[in-house]
This record gives sequence, C-alpha cells and structure tokens, in this order.
Amino acid sequence: MNWQEIVEHYNQWITIFLMVGGLYIVIARGNMIKKLVGLAIFQSSVFLLYLSAGKILGGSPPVVAENVETYSNPLPHVLILTAIVVGVGTLAMGLALVIRINEAYGTVEEAEIFSQDDPH
Amino acid sequence: MEDQLPILQVVVPLLGALLVALFRERTLAWGIAVVVSWLAAAISAWLLALVVDGNTISYELGGWPREIGIEYRVDLLAAIFLVLVSWIGAVIVTIARQSVASEIDRDRQAWFYTMYLLCVTGLLGIAITGDAFNAFVFLEVSSLSSYALIAFGKDRRALLSAYQYLIMGTIGATMYVIGVGLLYMQTGTLNLGLIAERIGDVESTRSILAALAFIVVGISLKLALFPLHLWLPNAYAYAPSVATIFLAATATKVAVYLLIRYLFSVFDEGFVFGDLPVTETLIALSLAAMFGASAVAVFQTNIKRMLAYSSVGQIGYITLGIAIATTTGLTGGIVHAINHGLIKAAAFTAVAAIVLRTGAVKLTDLEGIGRKMPLTMTAFVIAGLGLIGVPGTVGFVSKWYLIDASVEAGWWWLGFLVVASSLLALLYVGRVVEVAYFRAPKGEVAAAEEAPPLMIAGAWALAAAVIYLGIDTDLTAGIAADAAAELLGTTP
Repeated sequence: MNWQEIVEHYNQWITIFLMVGGLYIVIARGNMIKKLVGLAIFQSSVFLLYLSAGKILGGSPPVVAENVETYSNPLPHVLILTAIVVGVGTLAMGLALVIRINEAYGTVEEAEIFSQDDPH
Repeated sequence: MEDQLPILQVVVPLLGALLVALFRERTLAWGIAVVVSWLAAAISAWLLALVVDGNTISYELGGWPREIGIEYRVDLLAAIFLVLVSWIGAVIVTIARQSVASEIDRDRQAWFYTMYLLCVTGLLGIAITGDAFNAFVFLEVSSLSSYALIAFGKDRRALLSAYQYLIMGTIGATMYVIGVGLLYMQTGTLNLGLIAERIGDVESTRSILAALAFIVVGISLKLALFPLHLWLPNAYAYAPSVATIFLAATATKVAVYLLIRYLFSVFDEGFVFGDLPVTETLIALSLAAMFGASAVAVFQTNIKRMLAYSSVGQIGYITLGIAIATTTGLTGGIVHAINHGLIKAAAFTAVAAIVLRTGAVKLTDLEGIGRKMPLTMTAFVIAGLGLIGVPGTVGFVSKWYLIDASVEAGWWWLGFLVVASSLLALLYVGRVVEVAYFRAPKGEVAAAEEAPPLMIAGAWALAAAVIYLGIDTDLTAGIAADAAAELLGTTP
C-alpha cells in the first residue's frame, strides 16, 4: 500500500476515525449527555460506511435521464435514511431518560449518581 | 388468508400498539392488548403447523422479488421462536392488568401496553424476516420499546438501568449493522438466503471475517453473553414486574435465534466452527456464565436480581449447545432457549404476584411467604426445579441433550461441568425455598393474601408447561431436533 492508495481511501479513514472516536467517548466519558453524543458519532460512522460503498466514481445520481449510463447505487441511501431515523429515535429516547435521571438524582454525572445509590 | 399469514404476524401487534395509543384508556388498552396478543399467538401456531413437515414459507413484501425487496421467511427454526414469543407474550399480558395497575401511574398504563405490543412486534419481526437490514430495524423497534418498558419502573434506578441498557444495546445494534454493511459490500445483497448462496466465493476475505466478528459481538451484547451481560441484572431488577417477565422470557431468546441464524444458515458452519476458534471461545464464555453468573446469583439479596443473574447463567447453557455445533448440541441449545423461556416466565410471574401482594423483593422481607401464598410459591418452586434440571421438568430435557452432545463430541468433562453447574442453581433456588417455607411470616408477609385468580392461573399454566413438556418431549425437543437437522443439513 503506497501513499496514494492511503490518501485515495480518505472516506474509509474518516469512517474509522468516527467509529473509534465515538466508541471511545461512550466508554471514557462519565457525563451522560457526552456519552450520548459519542454514541451518535459512533452511529454516524456507519452512515458513511454504507454511503461510501454505494458511490461509483463518475456515476450520476440514480435518475432516469438521457445520457445517464453509470449511476450510483441508491439502495445504501435508502438504508441509511432508515438508520438515521433509528439513530434519531435512540438519541431522543436517551436524552429523555437523561432528563428524567436529572430530575430524580439532580445530576447527570455517572460517578455522582452511583455514589447516591448503593449497588444492591 | 393463509398466504398473508407471515405479514399478519407482524402487522397485527403493530396495529394493536397504534390502537392502544389512540384510545389511551387503561382497561380498554389492556383489552386490546390481550385480543391482539392472542391473535398473534394463533397466527404463529398456524404458521408452525404449516412448516412442521419441513416446508418453508417465503413471503415477498409488496411482490418485490427477494433480490431487491424484503422477504419474510418462515422455516422450522423461525416458527419455533415465533410461537415462543407470541404465546408467552399472550399469557403474560392476560395476567398483567392488576400488576400493571399497582406499579404504574394511572395515566401511563395505556402507554405501557403500547410499548409492550411494540416490543412483541419487534421480536416477532426479527424471527420472521429473511432480510439482514430489516432484522436490524426490528431489533431497534424491540430495543427502544424495551428501554421504555424498563424506565416505567417505580424505583429511580429503573431510569439508570434503562439508560445503561440503551447505551449497551445501541452499541450492539450498531456493531450488528456494521457487520451487515460489510456483508452487503461483499455479496451485493441483504437477503439472508442469497448472502448464504454467494458467501462461498468470498468466505476467507478479511471483510467477511470482520463482518462475522461484528455481527457475533453485536448479537452477543443483545443476548447478554457473559461478559457482555452487565446491562441485564439491573434492567430486570428494576423494570416493572410484567416487563421483567416478558423481557426475561423472550428478548434474549430472540437474540439467540439471530445468532443461530447467522452462524448456521448465513455463514457456513464448517467455516465458522471448523476454520475459526469459535467453538473454543464460545465454550469458555458459556462455562464462565454457567459458573460465574450462577455463583453471583447465590449471593443476591433481591429475588429479581437473583433470577436475572440466573438468566445470564442459563444463557450459558444455550450458547454451550450452539458452540458444540452438532445436531444434538444445537438441539440442546434450541430446546433450552424454549425451556428457559418457560421456566423464567413461570418464576417471574410468581415474583410479580408476590410483589403485587407484599411489595417486597428482598429475600429478608419474604420470610414465610410460602405459607401465606402457597399456590404462587408452588409455581415458583416448580420453576426452580426446572432451573436445577430435576428429572420430570423441562430443565432436565435440555441438560440431557447438552450432556449427550458433550459425550458424543468426546468431551466427557464438559458433561460433568454441566451437571456440576446445576448444583449452583440448587443453592440459589434452595435459599428462596428456605426463606419462604421454613421461617415464620412477619410484617407485610403476615398480612398478605393469595394472589388474584388470574395470576395464579397464569403462573400455574406456565408451571404446568414446565412439567408437561418435561415428560412429553415431542413438542419441544422433537421439533427442535428437526430444526437443528434442517440447519446442519443432516437427517434427524
């Protein structure tokens, strides 16, 4: 693998960076909102993973028109539309839970919450 | 009508959920949920009857061929899990009314039934769909609704458990979808059957190996395979009692279905178990669950947490059967998924009845409960015997298959460990029995009366199934053996 190949696959590098970075935030942060942000970044990396696979270099959007011979695969876009909806739903659910947790505990820091409840 | 059964299986509970959300009146909501759940149960039984001879039903949504559209596919394995989810779902919602009324605010009860039916929809969808991405969507439908179900719990820790489950569950589902994406890039299709046909050409590429890893880890998070089980004990302990019964009996089992589907039908089992160290890894993790989680269960003071840790341990037996990957082993795994669903449904129903009458979940607050609620506790004890694997209960049947498979594979020590780990179940079930029967009732328990008739009937129906299916094994083990043979392409 030479430098040109590495640079040409820049979209994959972004995917990997978002994937690993997002997951790291989920694991490393104690603030519940930040964790959800990390989760959202982790999920966005999947969007890019799918969309990259559907793109054909030099291909047009998948519309019926004259002079259109090569077009990108529309299926990944449709799938990711669904995945985005799922992601929004998950984020909304998570934020709603954090609001309720904040009302019940008065904080969104995991360490402070755990010290309020004994583990059993 | 018969042609449309596969889609009705999913659409009926989905529309039921919308109806409940529309009316929002708690008694009506319960009524609709009961009717809809039993309809779904009838449909699943019908589907099972259609495929029991080895037929496969293929249903193409909207008439689009499976290359470009979504296919629903019912084979024996799918039908088994459809029946398990919908029948347990129907029994539980029937007995749920008083328990839900006592644990959830008046104006939120209808929403509880909405979430319940959505969760049923999602779980049935996972089992029936033949499309990898559609399975992800249903996985999220069932997951999001189960986070909400857990958050209905009265204790504020229910919110925390729901949040933790949401984080872990979403990581699992996202990993699953990453794996599906990699499979799609290599094979150009999302249909599980077509992936299986095309995967042979690209089997040993790194993409496929990565896809397998992502999918297995993702699903393992959902099925609470040790050590990815950390979300489960708190979620089960603090969820409303009815939600606990349903999730414990069905949610992890459907994840088991998905794992079996991928390891045996999509990926080639010769590749997964022959070329990769999957058997060794899964056996090690299963044993860790069987001993580790069961040992933790022995020391729990909260009866719901005890049963939750027991669930993690019992999932170990299921994955052990999958790991052995012979017809007998896989049969043991599938049978234990069914049997453990029944056992846990019976046990948690008894616990729900106790919580309804006394409000207590701590073992120390349950002294003498067996004398005050003898019928409920008898059902619990029968379920407990099933957990231990006493002959005459379903637990014995599945352990018999697992031991048989271990010996067949030449691992007699594994059979010995299956028996040895059962002793741990004897310890934690024994602790409950000792507290419930050999101590004098006091406090709340002394004033407790027997559970409402419907709940006793439900607990006893499940307990009766634990015994009946332990003696007449044709229904469970017979069908499971056929399904295992179908998956492995052997004759039973």
